[in-house]
Amino acid sequence: MDASALPLFSPALPEIVLAAGALALVLIGAVAGERATALINALALAVIALAMALVLIAPVDGPATFGGSFKLDAFARFMKVLAYIGAFAALALSFDYMKRERFARFEYAILVVLSTLGMSLMISASDLIALYLGLELQSLALYVIAAIHRDDVRSTEAGLKYFVLGALSSGMLLYGASMVYGATGAIGFADIAVALKDGHSSMALIFGLVFLLSGFAFKISAVPFHMWTPDVYEGAPTPITAFFASATKVAGVAMFVRVVSEAFPSAAIEWRQVVVFVSIASMALGSFAAIGQTNIKRLMAYSSIGHMGYALVGLAAGTSEGVSGVLIYVAIYVAMTLGAFACILSMRIGDAYVESIDDLSGLSRTNPAMAFVLAMILFSLAGIPPLAGFFAKFYVFYAAVNAGLAPLAVIGLVLSVIGAFYYLRIVKIIYFDEPKVAFAPMTAVATAVLTVAGGFTMLFFVYPAPLTAAAATAAQSLF
Amino acid sequence: MTDWPILSLVTFLPLVGVFFLLVIRGDDEAALRNVRHVALWTTVVTFAVSLVLWAKFDTTNPGFQFVEQAEWLGGAIKYRMGVDGISTPFIILTAFLMPFCILASWTSIKLRVREYMIAFLVLETLMIGVFSALDLVLFYLFFEGGLIPMFLIIGIWGGTRRIYASFKFFLYTLLGSLLMLVAILAMYGVAGTTDIQALLAYKFPAEMQTWLWLGFFASFAVKMPMWPVHTWLPDAHVEAPTAGSVILAGILLKMGGYGFLRFSLPMFPLASEYFAPFVWTLSVVAIVYTSLVALMQEDIKKLIAYSSIAHMGFVTMGLFAMNAQGVQGAVFQMVSHGLVSGALFLCVGVVYDRMHTREIAAFGGLVNKMPWYAAALMVFTMANVGLPGTSGFVGEFLTLVGAFRANTWVALFATTGVILSAAYALWLYRRVVFGTIRPGLEAIPDLSGKEIALLVPLAVLTVIYGLWPAPILDMSAASVDNLIQSAQAAVDSAGKAAMATTP
Repeated sequence: MDASALPLFSPALPEIVLAAGALALVLIGAVAGERATALINALALAVIALAMALVLIAPVDGPATFGGSFKLDAFARFMKVLAYIGAFAALALSFDYMKRERFARFEYAILVVLSTLGMSLMISASDLIALYLGLELQSLALYVIAAIHRDDVRSTEAGLKYFVLGALSSGMLLYGASMVYGATGAIGFADIAVALKDGHSSMALIFGLVFLLSGFAFKISAVPFHMWTPDVYEGAPTPITAFFASATKVAGVAMFVRVVSEAFPSAAIEWRQVVVFVSIASMALGSFAAIGQTNIKRLMAYSSIGHMGYALVGLAAGTSEGVSGVLIYVAIYVAMTLGAFACILSMRIGDAYVESIDDLSGLSRTNPAMAFVLAMILFSLAGIPPLAGFFAKFYVFYAAVNAGLAPLAVIGLVLSVIGAFYYLRIVKIIYFDEPKVAFAPMTAVATAVLTVAGGFTMLFFVYPAPLTAAAATAAQSLF
Repeated sequence: MTDWPILSLVTFLPLVGVFFLLVIRGDDEAALRNVRHVALWTTVVTFAVSLVLWAKFDTTNPGFQFVEQAEWLGGAIKYRMGVDGISTPFIILTAFLMPFCILASWTSIKLRVREYMIAFLVLETLMIGVFSALDLVLFYLFFEGGLIPMFLIIGIWGGTRRIYASFKFFLYTLLGSLLMLVAILAMYGVAGTTDIQALLAYKFPAEMQTWLWLGFFASFAVKMPMWPVHTWLPDAHVEAPTAGSVILAGILLKMGGYGFLRFSLPMFPLASEYFAPFVWTLSVVAIVYTSLVALMQEDIKKLIAYSSIAHMGFVTMGLFAMNAQGVQGAVFQMVSHGLVSGALFLCVGVVYDRMHTREIAAFGGLVNKMPWYAAALMVFTMANVGLPGTSGFVGEFLTLVGAFRANTWVALFATTGVILSAAYALWLYRRVVFGTIRPGLEAIPDLSGKEIALLVPLAVLTVIYGLWPAPILDMSAASVDNLIQSAQAAVDSAGKAAMATTP
């Protein structure tokens, strides 16, 4: 066989490591059984870390490979690093939880690695088929993970709900992709863009685009396709919710941004109004619906719906600085989410995990350090300077105002005041209310995650240039 | 120009104190004493550095001094600091009031002392930062960052309705600020820079000025606070601990006035001209209406809170008179009000610490038991009324002269406010200090040594600035003249352009 006929493998090295690693871990698990769970868990972390290292040392803007359907550009590098960080932290947070809840299984870590592989493929995909393959690999693993605590009714319910609705949305996405293919005769994002430029606009294309957007909106849980989120977030075991809220959101946003900016730049008028609507609806629902919540995981679900709305404000701008704003937003969102979930996972009285917001009462007396960092993360989620969450909003709204969407910015910022109310409510419970039962001490992993995430959130303003510069480079590679 | 970054030093020095507070271990009495002393010395050193700033300040230079610049967010947004004659008085006022706040909380705060002191020191950094930032984004960062410590101060160490008050304070201010943020984003988009010096020279199109002005107005009007968005202030004041009220009245309210002076007037002169009658109307309504409301209050703190709103009405009236007297009077009025209202809240704190009530009806005849207290309260009440010879007079007089030159009717109505302020302030004084001693007050002790040490410097300054206002007026004169001239030039040239286009 001629070596030159083989595709270039080097840009896909991180994915190869993930795939080979997952298969090797399955073998270990099959041979050694449950005894090897701890080893497999550690190795799974190592595999993800290795993949991240490979992404970081990969050459900037490597060539497209596999017939142009896979590329590791600056955008993919940025998003992959984020997704790996999310997966790594969520996985590390899981071990202790699973042991205490007695469902430690070696398959779990492997499924997380496989799901991460799917995300990685989604982020790098540059045609519709590769995208769909990555998406399905990620989703299938996630369906199983959501239901992994199979003796728990809520977890099973969450898994089933996620599966049924996720399959529906994947179907819509695939249907939309086939319509786009029918209208343009191309599956590569660049080819679609060329075909559109030549004036191939048709009804089928618009329908296809709308179906695609619906599928994306489902995956990032944006309104009106958000209904599954609160139930799944509440039902799934907490570290898995952290995984859903961080890594999968990164992959979903990456897919959304890449498709609309690479394949449909000339149909911007069409998708922009959809994105503006989805964005406003998500921000509004995220703000209003969260007010009445008593379960903190459910609250985080509504909060994440709202935050996806804010991230989409940047995409609605449709400019390079808008996309750069989205990337900054997602990066900061991942840090805040992981920090918040590290706290939620530390809400443990004796050996039992609690999820009610009222259980945080007076945390500032019983655990001042955790209370302070959590409060800062909540202020940051509300977008109060000088915390990182402010800069996230700053960049997306700047792009929106600059693109002539000042009304969208005003609506978004007014809604963020309503959002601030429910974050403040938690701060009030932590700081102003009388303490109840003290939580058990935090685990070392949760402390580490909270320290890193909280430190990033609080001190981002001191030296923000590296992240903003990386996001600008990443966004540039799409335009 | 100086190589020593004195502005950053004075801004971030309190954070050094925060670091030491975090290092102190333990919760016993000795540790708490250390905490209090560290906080006090931090604020004293900060004040000393701010005096160095004052000494080095060149009053003849209308531009910005001690300018510092460093890379920050990337792109056009940089870390820029600098002060002129308008901001320097506020920095010194902030640094001056902070040791008083720490001392006022010495014994009255018993719970979570360390957190309390940290909140105050962080707040000091943010407040000084507001006045020394020369970049819009940096300014916004400091401006809104102050919400977090103040929210916690009211919510943790406040009175019975503290949660309601803290939420109202936070959400009200946040809503206003976010509209300003949209305006800032739009300015960045159009002018391509957030450098305040460059923006002062940039001429925004007339129609855009209107929108930008409204965005900034939303924020500063809430912060000031102007009628009708003032309702958060009485609640916040009543519930906040004494030192929190001092900071709120002394510094945080001034941020609104400073914002008008730094941004609205010079950057949007056409819109300011256009909206001036609107602001005058609101100011006069505030002066008259809130003075009447103050007459009816039964809570001492609430009365002073309403009187603050009325005094801020004089400030906005003077600012938008847009002449030298009005603007200088407004600056002076803000500094003077910072001293006087701060002192008044300290006076309320004195009796509150003894009796744990602020009901006016619970007091009476204090002059018999607390002659020193009665004397101190007299000085500050008179300054609040605007008696000649106190600092309150200079500010009110200058703003009224400025308003008179701009619009006689405004000055006429505002002057009735002076009479009303005399009415509520003197009536309050009579009810609290004179009359027969109320039951329960027989054993009330007079001012302690610490309280005398707190009130005497403020009283002395109130009188000194009343007789000799030159230090503050001289400091701001060059910058204010410069501001008014360039604003006037912009209005004139726009007027000429309009004349030229009309056939």
